[in-house]
Amino acid sequence: MNSNPVVRSFTIDGIQVSAAEGETILEVARQNDIEIPTLCNLEGISSTGQCRLCMVEVKGTNRLIPSCATVAEEGMEIVTSNERIDKYRRMIVELLFAERNHICAVCVANGHCDLQAMAQKLGVTHIEFDYLHPSFQVDASHPKYEVDHNRCILCGRCVRVCDEIEGAHTRDFRNRGINTLVITDFATPWGESQTCTSCGKCVHVCPTGALAEKGKSVAEMQKRRQFLPYLVMRREGAK
Amino acid sequence: MTNDELLALTEQERAEEEKYSHRIHICTGTGCVSSHSEKILETFQAEIKARGLEEKVKARQVGCMGLCAAGPIVSIQPDGLLYREMTPELVPAIMDSLGGEPFKDQLIDTNIPFFYRQEKNTLENAGLIDPERIEEYIAVGGYAAVVKALSEMTPAEVIQEVHTSGMRGRGGAGFKTGLKWSLVAKAAGDQKYLICNADEGDPGAFMDRSILESDPHRVLEGMVVAAYAVGASQGYIYVRAEYPLAIKRLKIAIKQAEKLGLLGQNICNTPFNFKIDLRLGAGAFVCGEETALMSSVSGNRGTPNPRPPFPAQSGINNCPTLINNVETFANIPGIITDGGKWFARIGTETSKGTKVFALTGKIKNTGLIEVPMGITLREIIYDIGGGIPDGHNLKAVQTGGPSGGCIPAEYLDATVDYESLKQLGSMMGSGGMIVIDDTSNMVDMARFFMKFSMEESCGKCIPCRVGTTMLYNLLGKFQAGQATRWDLKRLEELCDLVKNTSLCGLGQAAPNPIISTLRFFRQEYLDKLIDSEKTGETVE
Repeated sequence: MNSNPVVRSFTIDGIQVSAAEGETILEVARQNDIEIPTLCNLEGISSTGQCRLCMVEVKGTNRLIPSCATVAEEGMEIVTSNERIDKYRRMIVELLFAERNHICAVCVANGHCDLQAMAQKLGVTHIEFDYLHPSFQVDASHPKYEVDHNRCILCGRCVRVCDEIEGAHTRDFRNRGINTLVITDFATPWGESQTCTSCGKCVHVCPTGALAEKGKSVAEMQKRRQFLPYLVMRREGAK
Repeated sequence: MTNDELLALTEQERAEEEKYSHRIHICTGTGCVSSHSEKILETFQAEIKARGLEEKVKARQVGCMGLCAAGPIVSIQPDGLLYREMTPELVPAIMDSLGGEPFKDQLIDTNIPFFYRQEKNTLENAGLIDPERIEEYIAVGGYAAVVKALSEMTPAEVIQEVHTSGMRGRGGAGFKTGLKWSLVAKAAGDQKYLICNADEGDPGAFMDRSILESDPHRVLEGMVVAAYAVGASQGYIYVRAEYPLAIKRLKIAIKQAEKLGLLGQNICNTPFNFKIDLRLGAGAFVCGEETALMSSVSGNRGTPNPRPPFPAQSGINNCPTLINNVETFANIPGIITDGGKWFARIGTETSKGTKVFALTGKIKNTGLIEVPMGITLREIIYDIGGGIPDGHNLKAVQTGGPSGGCIPAEYLDATVDYESLKQLGSMMGSGGMIVIDDTSNMVDMARFFMKFSMEESCGKCIPCRVGTTMLYNLLGKFQAGQATRWDLKRLEELCDLVKNTSLCGLGQAAPNPIISTLRFFRQEYLDKLIDSEKTGETVE
């Protein structure tokens, strides 16, 4: 423990808050029940700043910064929501819906989906971009789980939880741009993976129906994330 | 290696050189090699041998001489003659002309602005020395900066000299080099790293490749000086695998420098150690972005990470890391030997020194040029470049590659410096300059660059990954004459989103080709709307 902790004071949406050294804006916001939307961030695994939904404005600059990956500094004045930020967030969610095939009505995660919930919260009522309608495969080779790349938003949560919590690093990305895919091992079918421990953490951190337990029908795939804070607490305690 | 040893080697090499009454320089840069200049070199060597002139005439490979449009180029020293479009069949005729009248048919007039309007600094040795022999580099004053810095200057003095020079990074963003160095020097930590970014990937740009192929030791020398200044012990050159010749020459250069004690352990008999390793890029444009590059050097997937932390604070292995571009390092030896003041006298108030540009597109003298900052676009295009061929008119100049913009012909008198290019919605970039004539359509142009950005997007963040694809598709609707005013509005909104919310510089700059063509050539977009939507908007 640091015997002389440095505390940073700053404001979020006009509310006076304080951060321990190294804490991110998002972490402090959560401690103070200030909601900043995000799809790639999850408490317990590292932040990569890739969904760009948690972008906030620092007063005095026109620049947007990712709150999940920016350490709080003394005297910052953070604005988490305004017309410009809200518009960007809606557009980003729209882009996700247009990118792959997110059809809630036939999805196992319907009603339990972070993307769906985000769209509702941000007021995305329709998609103004032309859908790309890609045709990705479904890998159901694993005995317990399945992956439908058509529903993947490439947030990387499964990659990180597998690497950082389970320690297997079975998952990673291949290809680039809109052709990026989350793969198991060196792009082998999931069921043939040599490293997968079948722990299922990836399935439960997945924000959408891309990763699901087999045998679940429409809207039955509820995510159980309780394990993550518990495991992280055990890990931090063990240090 | 001490100063005396360096001078002795210089003497010896010069004496060797004087033996020959003629030296034939054959360009073996990638451009000329692709038109078989290596065959010409062999033919010259065979011809010299056949004529029994081995003691009098020497044929050697050299780096780029700049006028790539006329390649393969051969030059005759010390006469200073330049021959264009050489073939092996012409070799005997050239040999016959040695010492007599020049061979007129292929002779290039060197008294044209292309040659005399340039100011060569980083390219001063290109075309004059054999890039695969360290002795020739030393004979023209090479490695004097390393000896001087290590024996006469403290690291702080070296950094001060770079401050004085006012140099700004040549990779594109134009960050002050001296400031960057002092940040790394000040950063806490025993282990520091240094990286030379040679992952040049803009379409139409080949400055770094030419420097590495023509004068690799110059870059190594700059790196050694930088490592000494910031206290780094390990360096990497991240060079793209598509540059096999540059890689080959760098490997040779590193070995030679190590052998002479100019690299490795106890450089110049001082306690200073610095090792350089090569890392080859696997063809991803995004790896030119510094955080992605460091990821790749570390053996991970080459995708960018949010900054801060900046490399100067936390780079390779979370240690302070200095990243500079090839051309930045190539400028260092001159600054150390001739002084920062010497460097600062060239250029404008805020942009100092010379800059290398790869001049391509619809222009007579395609090639590699080095000009002082502050020169106008008109001078580059009409004097040095020789103007637009086939009686066409200039429409725009594209600088900064897929991250830059198009500057229309009416701004021809704008000066080339970091600020004025930025003001015009473009950027200095690494130095690609593509000349566009009146036969090109700007929507096509924007779509070409957007295709590039789309294909090179790493896929990590959503605005860049999906946004560039959507922009590309929207531009396709314009090309097909299917776009509506709604599409034009979406195009602008999307450009704004991608620019402001993307994770790294690639995404943030990706919409620039569209933004700048919309600014200066909006009518061309309006002309492509579907017929029923054409009227209504007033054109700016």
